[in-house]
Amino acid sequence: MAQTTSLAEEKINSVASPANTITLRVAKFNPATDKEKHWIDFKIPYQKWTTVLDVILEAKKHLDHSIAVRYSCRQATCGSCGMIINGRPRLACFTKITELNSDIVTVEPMNNFPIIRDLTVGFERLFKTHKKLKPFVIREDSEVTGKTTELLQTPEQYEQYIQFANCIKCGLCNSVCPTMATDSSFIGPQALAQAYRYVADNRDKGKDDRLKVIDDSHGIWRCHFAGSCSQVCPKGVDPAMGIQLLRGYLLGFRG
Amino acid sequence: MRESHIMKIHYGTALAAIAFVAVHILMRMTQNFAESLEYDNVIANYQYLPYAGMLEIILILLSIHGFNGLRTILIELKQGRAYEKAVSYGCIAAMIAVIAYGSRTIFMTSMGMV
Repeated sequence: MAQTTSLAEEKINSVASPANTITLRVAKFNPATDKEKHWIDFKIPYQKWTTVLDVILEAKKHLDHSIAVRYSCRQATCGSCGMIINGRPRLACFTKITELNSDIVTVEPMNNFPIIRDLTVGFERLFKTHKKLKPFVIREDSEVTGKTTELLQTPEQYEQYIQFANCIKCGLCNSVCPTMATDSSFIGPQALAQAYRYVADNRDKGKDDRLKVIDDSHGIWRCHFAGSCSQVCPKGVDPAMGIQLLRGYLLGFRG
Repeated sequence: MRESHIMKIHYGTALAAIAFVAVHILMRMTQNFAESLEYDNVIANYQYLPYAGMLEIILILLSIHGFNGLRTILIELKQGRAYEKAVSYGCIAAMIAVIAYGSRTIFMTSMGMV
């Protein structure tokens, strides 16, 4: 134990230049034991390149091992570290301390998701709705069977959906959606944007199946077009636009 | 009925209601506003058949649009198969009741029974 502490001290003292310090305020909540969430503050040094995930991991490593946080790639690709940072849903690995312009950094679990513990939330609903929309190209032939060897697309055809293919399933859009907060059966902006991604793909032949799934009393029509999903997406996806374009298909404005 | 069909009706009734209500409001400007709302003038409006027909259309459009709006608000607030069925049928029943009561007023007034 003593050895661990000294190793930890060695690590924390190995910063190259004098660092500023922020107060990291972490929302702690364990549904099995706690009635409501409480806050714990940590003083953490940071550099100009330090991300929120870095300071959370610093606190977890040296100050409180019990902090529950999900992360993986640290480069905004896996979509694991979504959380509410200073009141706004963001990816912790993609948010620098310096861009927050605040001495206090509060981190909370995302809204509209069940809390597993502390900053970790359950993604069952997101994955279930995502799967329901059949997130793959549906067609009789394929690139590996039959006569078709390659499914060619023009740049214009590619342009129709590529923005929506950038979705990393981080759930930030679902976390900020006002309909998700009240309607527990709502499909959500993430799945709707993915439905558009495949409907707009000219290689796909599953448009009717997908439109049938979203044309439900808790489907696409429950979107109020608040647009907050598009505001928070870290990958520049515009789910609100995808939803409006999908409505065009259902209203008969698009083929 | 598919939700997209319901929403087409919802949007259609909204657009049509805007047009008819605009005509209804513009009719107030054919004379002094206060004068146009005097008892005899209102009765005269009802007894002018095309105008009474337009009021009936406005009543139907706004009832359909309004009660569908109420249905969507209620199913967003709470979910459950039985609850949603009750909301849907309840809204249809309330819509029919409002249209029936409003139509009764329009017909009785236009036929000089008031």
